[in-house]
Amino acid sequence: MKEYGIPGKLIVVEGIDGSGKSTQIRLLEKWLRFYGMDVFLTEWNSSAMVKSITSKAKKKTNLTPTTFSLLHATDFADRFERNIMPLLRSGYFVLADRYIYTAYSRDVTRGCNPTWVRKLYDFALKPDIAFYFRVPIDVSMDRILSNRPKLKYYEAGMDLGLSRDPYESYRLFQSRIIHQYELMKKRENFAVIDATLGIQAQQKIMRRMVLDKLGTISEEVDIY
Amino acid sequence: MSQTPKLPKWYGSTGGIPYLADTKITGQLIVIEGPDASGRSTQVERLTSKLEARGFAVLNTGLRHSQLIGDGILEAKRNITLGKRTIALFYAADFASQLEHKIIPALQSGYVVLADRYIYTLMARNTVRGIRRLWSAALYSFAMVPDLVFYLDVDPFKLVHRVFEKHQQLDYYESGADMGFSDDMFESFIIYQQKLAREFEILKKKYNLVSIDGNLPTDEVGDMLERQVLEYLSTKK
Repeated sequence: MKEYGIPGKLIVVEGIDGSGKSTQIRLLEKWLRFYGMDVFLTEWNSSAMVKSITSKAKKKTNLTPTTFSLLHATDFADRFERNIMPLLRSGYFVLADRYIYTAYSRDVTRGCNPTWVRKLYDFALKPDIAFYFRVPIDVSMDRILSNRPKLKYYEAGMDLGLSRDPYESYRLFQSRIIHQYELMKKRENFAVIDATLGIQAQQKIMRRMVLDKLGTISEEVDIY
Repeated sequence: MSQTPKLPKWYGSTGGIPYLADTKITGQLIVIEGPDASGRSTQVERLTSKLEARGFAVLNTGLRHSQLIGDGILEAKRNITLGKRTIALFYAADFASQLEHKIIPALQSGYVVLADRYIYTLMARNTVRGIRRLWSAALYSFAMVPDLVFYLDVDPFKLVHRVFEKHQQLDYYESGADMGFSDDMFESFIIYQQKLAREFEILKKKYNLVSIDGNLPTDEVGDMLERQVLEYLSTKK
């Protein structure tokens, strides 16, 4: 099977909530589609199959960090085996809104063994480009709070018992996740994007990098 | 029988789950492994009543018993489009949930936990489905090392007969029908069970599983298990 190779390209975005990465990956998707590319966008924790099995149960039981980690790995594996890998093998641009680095940072922050978490995901393909949207915690907090002021339990990291106040807990949790991203950015070869820049400016940098790294996608390409 | 709480052993070389590093237990974890229709459930039941008769507090667990995704796994099995890695992680999540919510609390309170299967079946299935052994071992490195693990060794041809006695038909998954070994269900069952048995030969050595001849009559197997378990527990008094 291996002789078919993997002609597709895998581009992922990482960063804390409110870093603007989802907006950016969607703009990149539109751009690639405009030039006639086959594009597939996949989001973290979005496997319909895994969700249907776990959603009821999640409410009944409190999830330990290990179970939490393994359920996200299950979700990822399903998307990887069902979509990501087959599509890359058939030549698609696969865009991932969060990838294994989200697990590395969140699960370790929740108290899982870093070596163990990395081993879990060692079947995953290394992305062609991993954009990391770097943003100060205050900027992301402002963006999040202006949109949807009610924080969910796990999203706010309430299970870590950092603070009883969801907002304070959220801030502490996200700061720790930033710390994890900072620790891995060099080793994982992240393309760091200054997420305090304007939306267009960030998008321009991304499109330029996609062109530089992955070659011309069409005869004449405008990056914006 | 009052015991001083002790730190359990974990499979990971760097310990088990970091946030459980201080966990101390007084109970014992005893596992009975073996293929489908090897008589495990019967033996677990039998051993439970024997131990309870002697005043031990016993908790039974098994794969697929978790509140978290127990039912989900049954549903997922009907959906045969799940990949091997997805299934492997799914079972691991279910196991983790049971370990932390059921097994460890019971061991902390001094129970004898009798587990109808543990990580070994899950690892063997992974290997037969084409997942590397090292990955499975690393995956389950968060598991606690049991006090005793028995493996009920039964000849695959004998297993088929027992399955037919129970259900008159072969289970799709236990036959490995999804693996494409053979389009003949009977042949597929034999091939799949033989592969699992071979994998268990490796696991027995690596994880010190005690082999019990499950071809023998139920009572004889039961007596052997009972004797060995009681002997072990008496050293813990």
